[in-house]
Amino acid sequence: MRKILVTLKRVVDYNVRVRVKPDGSGMAVEGLKMSINPFDEIALEEALRMRERGDAGEVVAVTIGGDESQQQLRTGLAMGADRALLAKCEGELQPLTVAGILLEVARREEPDIVIMGKQAIDDDCNQAGQMLAALWGRPQATFASEVQLDGGSARVTREVDAGLESIEVQLPAVITTDLRLNEPRYIKLPDIMKARRKPLEILSVDELGLAAAPSLQPLGYEPPEQRQKGVLVEDVAALVGRLRERGLVN
Amino acid sequence: MSKVLVVAEHDGAALHPGVARVVSCGLGIQPGGLDVAVMGQDCAAIARQAAGIAGVSRVLCLDRAENARPLAAAQAPQLAALAQQGYSHLLGPSTTFGKDLMPRAAALLGVPQVSDIMSVEGERRFKRPVYAGNAVLTVEAPAERIVVATARLASWQAAPEGGEGAVENVVLDVELPDHTKWLELKMPETERPDLQSASVVVSGGRALGSADNFSLLYDLADHLGAAVGASRAAVDAGYVSNEMQVGQTGKIIAPELYFAIGISGAIQHLTGIKDAGVIVAINKDPEAPIFEIADIGLVGDLFSIVPELKAALEDS
Ligand SMILES: Cc1cc2nc3c(=O)[nH]c(=O)nc-3n(C[C@H](O)[C@H](O)[C@H](O)COP(=O)(O)OP(=O)(O)OC[C@H]3O[C@@H](n4cnc5c(N)ncnc54)[C@H](O)[C@@H]3O)c2cc1C
Ligand SMILES: Nc1ncnc2c1ncn2[C@@H]1O[C@H](COP(=O)(O)O)[C@@H](O)[C@H]1O
Repeated sequence: MRKILVTLKRVVDYNVRVRVKPDGSGMAVEGLKMSINPFDEIALEEALRMRERGDAGEVVAVTIGGDESQQQLRTGLAMGADRALLAKCEGELQPLTVAGILLEVARREEPDIVIMGKQAIDDDCNQAGQMLAALWGRPQATFASEVQLDGGSARVTREVDAGLESIEVQLPAVITTDLRLNEPRYIKLPDIMKARRKPLEILSVDELGLAAAPSLQPLGYEPPEQRQKGVLVEDVAALVGRLRERGLVN
Repeated sequence: MSKVLVVAEHDGAALHPGVARVVSCGLGIQPGGLDVAVMGQDCAAIARQAAGIAGVSRVLCLDRAENARPLAAAQAPQLAALAQQGYSHLLGPSTTFGKDLMPRAAALLGVPQVSDIMSVEGERRFKRPVYAGNAVLTVEAPAERIVVATARLASWQAAPEGGEGAVENVVLDVELPDHTKWLELKMPETERPDLQSASVVVSGGRALGSADNFSLLYDLADHLGAAVGASRAAVDAGYVSNEMQVGQTGKIIAPELYFAIGISGAIQHLTGIKDAGVIVAINKDPEAPIFEIADIGLVGDLFSIVPELKAALEDS
């Protein structure tokens, strides 16, 4: 039976507006509501559906981060993951480092498929899945909106700028999710209770003995340029008048 | 002296208009030279188009059967090999093509990637958006390593035509994996301008209520020669297809004129349009956040306003 690894990143909930700290040294995230990165929730949902269809056996959720990320793993377990793995390390992580750690995890776990989000909504990098696929020497199917498994391969429909592209990848492979792949389920109370008894293994990243990956040095954050609030017009005639004044329409 | 290699996106027939924008970004580094790599099959004509962009020194044409379709698994190793031939920077577009390919190449080169460059602050120093555009981060790429990056197209003007770069064929001895197979590309048929390069865009949101009702916007758009876009809610509801989505996870656009019709203005949508010239919002809720950034707002029911607007534009 296929084994599926799903990555879950702990991020500020997408409904919360995050602001730059006054001194520009980072984002003011203290005390904000934290959640699973929305794309990763979709990744987990897809893995669970594979298992429920009989296309997969075990679903393992992986997070790289501090102890507080156990919260997101417990949520993943409540959603239905069979077990969870926390690769523990502190500090800001960049995608190349994440990919290097995931490679070690993939070597230990030997999954048939790794499903990741296409993008973390905090750093907005859109890199980690592609980087893992490169380091692992395996195929990547990014921005998936449909996945069909067939023996040792997967047929994936990808959301690309021009439309919908389909590719076939041999397993093991890395798949990254787009928003329309599925709609994640809601968690029921009994599932939260059950999740407490599911295994959550903690692995120290230091013990993996990874060489530090080169990284980008953050020099400072600033708020984006604000657009000026414009005018409200009374009616269509006034709107067209304004557009004509600016030479935007005939 | 830095030397930049730009990856050309194309569809097998024509160069993507974003290439000239990535060239602009590359020239911002003030390099000693800027080359363009075209990976394709029978791609001589595309290479000549790339050579016509001002500022391009050379176009390197990697013509081979495996490049008939852009598969990152096959193209990343070629790019990584080429980039190691004396380049300090490897740049691609922040399109689905570039987002798929560049991180794979970066990892093969063992370096981090700078995604979505908005501005160049130095040879290795760049600004990029994070948190759905709620902040701008300045980063410095590690010294003595090749810089791999994507350029946020809406932040860059296209470099003009008029270049006279040389075209060279390059044969690389790189073994390519065969674990990935291209199957098909389904493109919706449309005669309308491309969303990412159109100067006018008319977008609709959940308020349109159905696929049929979107014809209201198509009529207006056709009258204006505009492209049509949508919020994620409209795409999710199945009113329009995915490639029309504008925003953090859709397309980032910068038209001269943008109409947001029945769109509330969620941060994920706004990040896709904040470089637009003039934003017009039509929404029945005067408190909708879209009015906070719209240049011209009109409060009311789109189902009466849009036909009225089209009629008003017609009598001129
Ligand atoms: C990770 C993530 C990424 C996302 N990425 C994107 C993205 O790239 N792009 C994107 O757009 N969204 C994105 N979203 C979704 C975003 O958060 C909003 O849910 C979405 O933009 C809302 O779409 P909407 O404005 O069409 O719908 P709504 O928020 O439902 O707004 C509809 C608006 O129409 C108005 N209205 C209703 N009836 C009428 C009428 N008759 N006449 C005039 N006005 C009317 C209402 O007042 C309301 O303001 C993302 C969300 C997440 C979690
Ligand atoms: N610290 C992390 N722990 C687990 N998964 C991660 C982590 N960072 C990134 N990922 C995964 O990589 C995807 C892409 O992240 P990014 O390249 O940072 O945009 C995310 O959607 C996650 O699935």
